[in-house]
Parts: sequence; structure tokens; C-alpha cells
Amino acid sequence: MKTRNTVLTGLAIAIFALVLWLADKNLGGYAMRILNLSAIYVVLSLSLNLVNGFTGLFSLGCAGFMAVGAYVSALLTMSPEVKEMNFFLEPLAPWLARLTLPFALALVAGGFCAALAGLVVGIPVLRLKDDYLAIATLGFSEIIRVVITNLQGLTNGAQGLKNIPKFSTTWTVWGVAALVVAFMALLTRSSYGRQLKAVRDDEIAAEAMGVNVFRVKVTSFTISSFLAGVGGALLGHMITTIDPKMFSFMLTFNILLIVVLGGNGSITGSVIASILVTVLMEALRFLDEPLNLFFFKTNGLPGLRMVVFSAMLMAVVILRQRGLMGDQELTWSGFEKAGLLPRSKKGASK
Amino acid sequence: MMLETKGATMRFGGLTAVSELNLCVEHGEIVGLIGPNGAGKTTAFNMITGVYEPTEGKVIFTGKDITGKKAHSITEAGIARTFQNIRLFSTMSVLENVLVGCAVREKPTWFNSVVRTPAYRKHDRESHKFAMELLSETGLAELAGERATSLPYGKQRRLEISRALASRPKLLLLDEPAAGMNPQESIELMEFIRRVRDRFDLTILLIEHHMQVVMGICSRMYVLDYGVTIAHGTPDEIRRDPKVIEAYLGVE
Repeated sequence: MKTRNTVLTGLAIAIFALVLWLADKNLGGYAMRILNLSAIYVVLSLSLNLVNGFTGLFSLGCAGFMAVGAYVSALLTMSPEVKEMNFFLEPLAPWLARLTLPFALALVAGGFCAALAGLVVGIPVLRLKDDYLAIATLGFSEIIRVVITNLQGLTNGAQGLKNIPKFSTTWTVWGVAALVVAFMALLTRSSYGRQLKAVRDDEIAAEAMGVNVFRVKVTSFTISSFLAGVGGALLGHMITTIDPKMFSFMLTFNILLIVVLGGNGSITGSVIASILVTVLMEALRFLDEPLNLFFFKTNGLPGLRMVVFSAMLMAVVILRQRGLMGDQELTWSGFEKAGLLPRSKKGASK
Repeated sequence: MMLETKGATMRFGGLTAVSELNLCVEHGEIVGLIGPNGAGKTTAFNMITGVYEPTEGKVIFTGKDITGKKAHSITEAGIARTFQNIRLFSTMSVLENVLVGCAVREKPTWFNSVVRTPAYRKHDRESHKFAMELLSETGLAELAGERATSLPYGKQRRLEISRALASRPKLLLLDEPAAGMNPQESIELMEFIRRVRDRFDLTILLIEHHMQVVMGICSRMYVLDYGVTIAHGTPDEIRRDPKVIEAYLGVE
């Protein structure tokens, strides 16, 4: 029933676009910003899920590659005047100061530079495994941050970049997120996707079955860096200011949290968790303010939000060890099995 | 000559796991490699398949020197193997496991996988067809959609062999295929191995502890003890060889 699924997928996309359009029209700037931030987290969590969930490489380098993407794209879209305003300590290299590219090009350029960084970092680092790999990628991510802090004439150092044009509109971020979801769905269900999973499941057997394990790892890591770079670029163009401190380990940690919560190796899990976590982070903000619970009053405990959030996370991890979705996906045939769709003869997956 | 090792030696620090191994396997043969535990049989396999690079000596496959090549390129050259402790891709279905084996011949790239180029689609269709053929050949066709690790033990063994066959090898190395099987299953396995050899025009080198199995299907065998080849010949010769009897039973 391939046609039915195509129709259903088309329908779902149309409904989602309609919801987005209505939200864009009716919700305020604050709510839309959160919604758009979820889309960026979808891109970022899928980037991390590709290496962690599908290839089985425990990488913690996400933030570094995001920083590369964010800086490259921001420097390419800012107008010469804005650049001059930003670089007051030390002027920006002249060839770059006059260069302004359209957003789409800058986004891709940001992704490519991040991918290049991923390739350069990946080749030495991917010879390591497990915890050692995690520490090494974390280290490289910090190195990237330190390099950015110190390249005053190229990145404006610790001052960061301000007044980046606000190009990350609802349609751009959700459009990119949709593209990335489609890309991941196609990749993980392909012959190459099976090789990724083979490496994850058993490296020795994968190598013995003719999979060039090292090459597959480097490719996966590079693609993931590309996606992280694009995510970083979108983030920069949404917040409109970036500085090196933004891309610290905490950012990687947030993304890792989404991946684990959604389920390592599940695309739909990452999408759901991205939206859930981003919305909850904001929705629980009232907890940081003075509370009045009738029987007792607090006068504002900053951080209480995070306590509640952690408790919720623990509950999920205890009750569903493998995340919300495990390594399963939501598919039309899955809905059919659950009795939510009329039965067809044979259900193909979404 | 299908496979030849010339003085292949593997040392780990001061320990010589395999010394001066000289195997000769002709096209179409089923050759056994036996020996007590720790005799270096699996190490010999690992040298042939590129998991280890021999410290000394050469491995020659269909006339080409493959010593020190990476394991995946040796698979591509036409040697496939199974493992002593089954190593299936645990999160994948039976069919997907076999499809991973097929992929050596498709050589997918991430790009043509995502774009689904016409060439990719063609390869994919052929691989699915071949994988299903293999599964029906090995009696696993009805289980194609099951998770690989949910199969009973004997079927997991068969699946591992099917997966190895999917890479279209010329030479198949089986590491203790009958391990953990009862006599009835072992006999079935012997039949299965013979059938597979004839059907796919294979040469087979196998490690086995079940003497009944080895003696039953091997035309020739090599006996290792402490890394040294102590005997080789036909099953009958081996049965009578005093050195072999000593290694296995000990002498007073």
C-alpha cells in the first residue's frame, strides 16, 4: 500500500504546514520563537542521532561544529556596515568584510565548513572507541571554541557577533527541519543506512562482511557535522547574536538529552523530544518565579525549573530505558497495527 | 589453488599463537582445521581474513598475495567467514542481516542511497531478490522479517552462513559451525554445508570440535597443537596418527 502511505504522508505534511501557518498568524513572537527553536533542535538532535544512535559512536562534539556553522554563515550574511560596527577592536580581514551572500548560500557554506572541520577532527579521533571517543570529541569541540575566541580578526573574539540579520523565519527553519528529517529517513532506510547500523551493532562482523568500517564512521561523522553546522547557522540567524560562550558543553548536553529522551536511533523520537524539551524548558519557567501553593510560598528559586525537568527526565529513563521511542519509528503501518488506521492488505512503512 | 598460507606465523609478544602454518586448499574442497582448545585455529582464521596481520609469512588467495590487507577488502576479494560466538547484527531483521552481506557487491555511497539513483534502485532490487533466494535456500525465508537475535540458536548459525554467502564468496571459512548443537542438528548441518558447497560452487575451510562432523564431511584436514601443525591428511590418516592421538587423548 505504497500509494496510501504517500498520500497519508502528503496529507500529514499539508496539515502540519497549515498548523504552522495558523500559528504564525495567531501566536505572538515569543511563542513562535519557541516553536522555531524546536525546529532547530530537530536538526541538531538528528545530527547527533546520526552518529550516536545510528552509527553507535559516542560523540560529544556537536557544539563545536555548530559554532563553525554559525560563525561562517553569520560572517557571510552580515552587511559590510554591520561588520564594521562589530569589529571595533581589530578590523575584519578585508576580503571578508565586503562579502555578503544570500542566506541559503551562507547556510550551505556554514554546513560545508563544519563538515570540513568534522572530517579533519574525525580522521584522527574516530580511531578511538566509546568513552575515549566521547572525551576526544568533547576536547576538540572545546578547542574549536577556544580558537574562535582567540581569532579576533576573523571572529571578533569574545565580543561575539551582533546584529546578524534575522533570516531564520518560521518557514526557513521548519523547511530545513523537514528536509533533514527526509534526508535521515532516506539515509537510514537505505543500503548505506544498513551499513551504519551494522557498524553500530557489531564492528568486527561488519568489517568481516565487507563494510569499510573506518570510512563509514568518518562519513557519518562528517555528515553529522554538516547538519550541526546548518543547525548552528539557523540558531545564529534566529537569536541574531552569537558568541563563543554560547557553544559550550552545555549546548551539546541539551542536544544529547533530547536524543536520549527521544530514543537513540529513532528519527521520530528525536523530533518529538526536540519539540517536547524546547516547549517544556519554557513552559516550566514559572517555577523559577515566586510560587504560591496555598500551603507554602516560595520567593523565587532560580533553577527549580531544572530540578523538575531533571526529575521528569529521570522518570522517563526509569520507565522507558531506551527513550520514548526506543529505536522504533512512528510509521503508517505501525498505526495500522495499533488499529488507528483501516487495515490494508500489506502496509509499507512511512 | 584457492588458498595457500606460506609459513604464516602470528606472535603476540612472546607468545607464538600460530607458527609456520602451511595450508593448501584446492578449489571445491572441504578442509578441516582441528586441534585442542587454544591451539591457534581461530588465530589462523583471523590471519587469513585480515583481522590480524601475520607477523611472518604470506597468505595467498587465488594466486594473489593478500597478506596484511584490510578485512573488508579481503571479503571483497572473495573470502567470507562466520564466527565462533555468533555475531549477527542484533537490531536488524533476518533479511537486513543478509542485505548487509549483499552490499559488498553494490558498494553503496551515502549520496546514491539518499538520492535513490537508478543504479542504486537496480542494485537494491537485485540484492533483495538474491537475499530472499539465499534465505529460501537456507530455510529461513518465512523468518525474513524477524529480529535476527530472536531466532533459535541453530537458525542463527544458518543465518550467519547465509549472510556470509550473501557477499558471494569463493572461499567460506566456518568457525565451529556445529558448536552447541546436538548430534541430530550436527548431522543436518553437515548435509547443509555440503549442499551449500555444491549449490554455490564454494571451497570451505572449517574449524570444528565435533569429530563426527569433521570426519564426515572433510576431504582433508590439518591438526594444530600449540600453534604447530602436527599432522595433515585424510580423515583416516588423521584418526590413526599417533601425534594426534597424543594431543587429544594424552599418552602415558
